Amino acid sequence: MSEWWTYSLSDFLLFSPRTYYRLFELYNLAVWPWHILAVTLGLAVVALWLLGRAWHGRLVALILAACWLWVAWVYLLLRYDTINWAASYFALGFAVEVLLLVWTGLIRNRLRLRPVGDVAGASGLYVLIFALSAWPLIGLLVGRPWAQVEVFGVAPDPTVVGTLGVLIAADRPHWVLLVIPLLWCAISGATLWAMQSPDALLLPGAALLALVTAGWKSASRRRQASPDTGRPV
Amino acid sequence: MGQMPPLSRRRLLRSLAAAGAAALLRPPVASAQPDRILTKPIASSGEALPVVGLGSWITFNVGDDVVARDGCAQVMRAFFAAGGRMIDSSPMYGSSQKVIGYGLDKLDRPPRLFSADKVWISSAGRGPAQIEASRQAWGVARFDLLQVHNLLTWEPHLRTLLAMKAAGQVRYVGITTSEGRRHGEVERIMRTQPLDFVQVTYNMLDREVEDRILPLARDRGIAVIINRPFREGDLIRKVERHPLPGWAAEIDCASWAQIILKFIVSHPGVTCAIPATTRADHVRENMAAARGRMPDAGMRARMAAHVEKL
Repeated sequence: MSEWWTYSLSDFLLFSPRTYYRLFELYNLAVWPWHILAVTLGLAVVALWLLGRAWHGRLVALILAACWLWVAWVYLLLRYDTINWAASYFALGFAVEVLLLVWTGLIRNRLRLRPVGDVAGASGLYVLIFALSAWPLIGLLVGRPWAQVEVFGVAPDPTVVGTLGVLIAADRPHWVLLVIPLLWCAISGATLWAMQSPDALLLPGAALLALVTAGWKSASRRRQASPDTGRPV
Repeated sequence: MGQMPPLSRRRLLRSLAAAGAAALLRPPVASAQPDRILTKPIASSGEALPVVGLGSWITFNVGDDVVARDGCAQVMRAFFAAGGRMIDSSPMYGSSQKVIGYGLDKLDRPPRLFSADKVWISSAGRGPAQIEASRQAWGVARFDLLQVHNLLTWEPHLRTLLAMKAAGQVRYVGITTSEGRRHGEVERIMRTQPLDFVQVTYNMLDREVEDRILPLARDRGIAVIINRPFREGDLIRKVERHPLPGWAAEIDCASWAQIILKFIVSHPGVTCAIPATTRADHVRENMAAARGRMPDAGMRARMAAHVEKL
């Protein structure tokens, strides 16, 4: 596509906003009451985090992996694919994230969350709680009907943002786990932007916060690892 | 789907007359009988096509939503009832092809249909399979027109389409581009390949094709389909804030959509435009642009100048 610079975002938009949000309406209707279980799983992540048991990371990774798998299969592959031929590729990306979460968090037990008193820990917790509780209200606030709400563990955007919250709060930068959520923030954010959705900047905002905190954690770890800095290791 | 008529001098003359001869002969103000839909001949066959068709980009990509699918079927019903024939789609347009097939089933397969689709895949070898999948989605015995979408892998795909045409598996072949892209390559293909159709973007603000593509199409006997006549609605939104100009009545236009469409289809090099919509009332409004008086060259210049100033 040598003339790529001649394309605008709207040239890649295959559907109307009406069709896009109507898809959520029909999807919500079809999978209800999975929403209750999904939100309960999200609250369980918060509870595990606050309790801070040694094995919390494994369970958090397992819950997130289950949510990503559901979204990949039931939403992206079975629903979104009917209006977007790229959805099967997105589903593949989500499936890869499932494997990464299982490998990193469940098998290797490398996904540990900082205490909420820590700045990164508190930021991550707020982002996760925002994804769980505030995200479904955004549609209502901008005038979309309640039937089209997007719920953590059911719809991709709040699931990705909730996952970013966990990764923001992780005790180390998980760049490999961040790649696919960040890509999704770019893709879905661009889609919402092209549709002129008022909430289009939320996903890029969450992605930016995750990038900044991951970068800060990487820099901190490098400083701590360096014997020349004079700083306490 | 209609049969390809033989091209005879009588038929060609009749087609020209049906077109009102307006655009081709350029009278001061083209006239057409108000109750008859304006048609233009496909140059390679003489077959008459109504100058307004129906696009499906975005508007017909509604997935499995039965309510929205029924809405699209209503759009198609209004289109055929108003005398329309050409519906255009592509495998790039998500579920649009299946939605068209759904609508055609609902309408008991209107015999007036002129089915136009595209091949859009980077793999040359998978082109025939994609075309077959598209044919099944529409539920037609064969397409009237198949085009290479956006010139993607155009050489092998065009060979495939020409072979299909020779075998009677498609009636016409063509190429498409949009929004002014790769016009130089389009020209080269128009000069060297036996095309029946070319599809490009043209409207009051995107007029690059007037310089070379449209004159070349007339010289080479290639029918021209115009996509994005409303710039995906942006052009309508831009002009509808302003009152209709007084001269609109002189060319039987009751809306900005009709002004925009009449400007396009009155160009002598244009065969038809394919506006897309989700609303049956908009289809009727668009189809009305294929009736009544057409603008002449002087009026067309006035129209373009007026819109450019808005």
